Amino acid sequence: MSGEALLKVENLRLDLVVGGRRFGAVKDVSFSIGRGETFGLVGESGCGKSITALALIGLLRAPLAFGGGRILFKGREIQNLPDSEMRKLRGNAISMIFQEPMTALNPLSPVGRQIAEMFVLHKGATWHEAERKAVEALANVRVPAPDRRVKDYPHQLSGGMRQRVMIAIALACRPDLLLADEPTTALDVTVQAEILELIRDLSAAQGTAVLMISHDLGLIANMCARVGVMYAGRLVEERAAQEVFRAPSHPYTGGLVASLPLLGARASHGRSRLKEITGVVPAVTAFPEGCRFNPRCQARTEICIAEDPEETALPRGGRVRCHHHA
Amino acid sequence: MKFRANLVIGGALFATVVVAGALAPFLAHTDPVMDANLMNAEVAPGSEFWFGTDAQGRDIYSRVLYGARISLTVGIVSQLINTVIGVCLGLSAAYWGGWWDDFVSGLTNLMLAIPSLIFALAIMAILTPGLTSLLIALGLTNWSYTCRLSRASALSLKGQGYVQAAKVLGYGDIRIMLTQILPNILGPIIVIGTLGMGGAVLAEASLSFLGLGIRPPFPSWGSMLSDARDQITTAPWISIFPGLAIFMTVLGLNLLGDGLRDILDPQSRARTA
Repeated sequence: MSGEALLKVENLRLDLVVGGRRFGAVKDVSFSIGRGETFGLVGESGCGKSITALALIGLLRAPLAFGGGRILFKGREIQNLPDSEMRKLRGNAISMIFQEPMTALNPLSPVGRQIAEMFVLHKGATWHEAERKAVEALANVRVPAPDRRVKDYPHQLSGGMRQRVMIAIALACRPDLLLADEPTTALDVTVQAEILELIRDLSAAQGTAVLMISHDLGLIANMCARVGVMYAGRLVEERAAQEVFRAPSHPYTGGLVASLPLLGARASHGRSRLKEITGVVPAVTAFPEGCRFNPRCQARTEICIAEDPEETALPRGGRVRCHHHA
Repeated sequence: MKFRANLVIGGALFATVVVAGALAPFLAHTDPVMDANLMNAEVAPGSEFWFGTDAQGRDIYSRVLYGARISLTVGIVSQLINTVIGVCLGLSAAYWGGWWDDFVSGLTNLMLAIPSLIFALAIMAILTPGLTSLLIALGLTNWSYTCRLSRASALSLKGQGYVQAAKVLGYGDIRIMLTQILPNILGPIIVIGTLGMGGAVLAEASLSFLGLGIRPPFPSWGSMLSDARDQITTAPWISIFPGLAIFMTVLGLNLLGDGLRDILDPQSRARTA
């Protein structure tokens, strides 16, 4: 980990409240992100990675509720901040980019104005000043002819351009932390690469830490120094990115890595099926006893059903939550 | 852009009424209230009195012109009050939800259950008849449609990415409502506001007809119709011209509302832009 921790999440618990009963949708998740560091959170749909991000900016909505733990941002506990205080952080110190650039911009407002609004909102700039800064911000995200593009409406821009505008908005106030929730899922592959490069370059230039959320292991491996793997609301493994892919420690991570298709594998090894992890992710209301991965785990023994594994530190750095970790 | 007959005709009719009302002092031949002359009572339309005269010998052309001022004032101001009330309630109810939404929805349903004209009648019966009372009565009784419409539109926008994004980026509730949601629901609100304006003109005429609106001798189209009741067979022009004025105004506003709906639909706008 590089330097002092910017964000520290300790034993975060997020509950799904159904008919007065609370189910731990996210349980005992701890991780930290250093200043300027890029941390990846991977896992399949419904594993709790997106709601973890929402919890960080205090925007959990019913039926989800904060269940416990601490979120420290720059050493300050923010999990119980009143909304008025939280609002000053959002978009300013902690910002976010979304999955859907098609709908994340107001269709009736020129994009320049939407960028400018951030300066007015958080930095107390005048509209005149803000609009000038908006042109700079657009130039920063490598939009050609930014002085003309600021007057464009979102529907006049392509998906990639809109995502650039979103990035310009998110980074307008030079946040300390950028939450990127599947930022490229809706874009085609070539545009994806450009956008990722842009996020990487800009965050490096501004010293912005990034929490990259994705189900795409390749993307995470490319972008992040450290990776947290989530399964069924638990952080099952957290290590340096290259370690995770080279020698996965948790059986779930192992399964994920093994299930990746290898380009050209059919030519060298002949026709073979991709490896899969059998079974499905259990519903939040029906997580199994013991280790949450046990019904699908190849290495399951008695203890996996009887006991919830604790986090174990790995000799080469990182942590894993498994009784039989490699 | 393609030619939109309803927008052009509606706009032209409405503009005519606005101009007639605004320029009434210059266009009118006589003072609408003072120039009664029983010697000229019930003169048929002709070169001297274009629209004829009424039972008191007043020039109907002049009275219809001045009547436009009252009808338009009532139509525009009361509908503006309705729109402000309806949008504030509907938008905030959709955005905040919870008990406030239940309360607003309940109130809206209550208002819809009572015929608005009856409600306005009741208010007018308490207040003294006059322009201000009329504005209050009509301004407080017709917001339920606007409220429902803005609530429904805002509700569907609440889940939109850009509204969520604004939240994440640190916008306050009021700012989100005013900058993210309101501009995007303004189209249908303008349409229903224009249509409602026609309704308000009719409601003013009805109340004045019943003697609870503008009091004679001041010229309101409704009260002119009311006065003309007895002579409808002997001097039909006394009722035809104010009736025609009401008809044209309401028709114009409805066509205008229709036309606006066509161009304010965000989908069609995105295509033509």
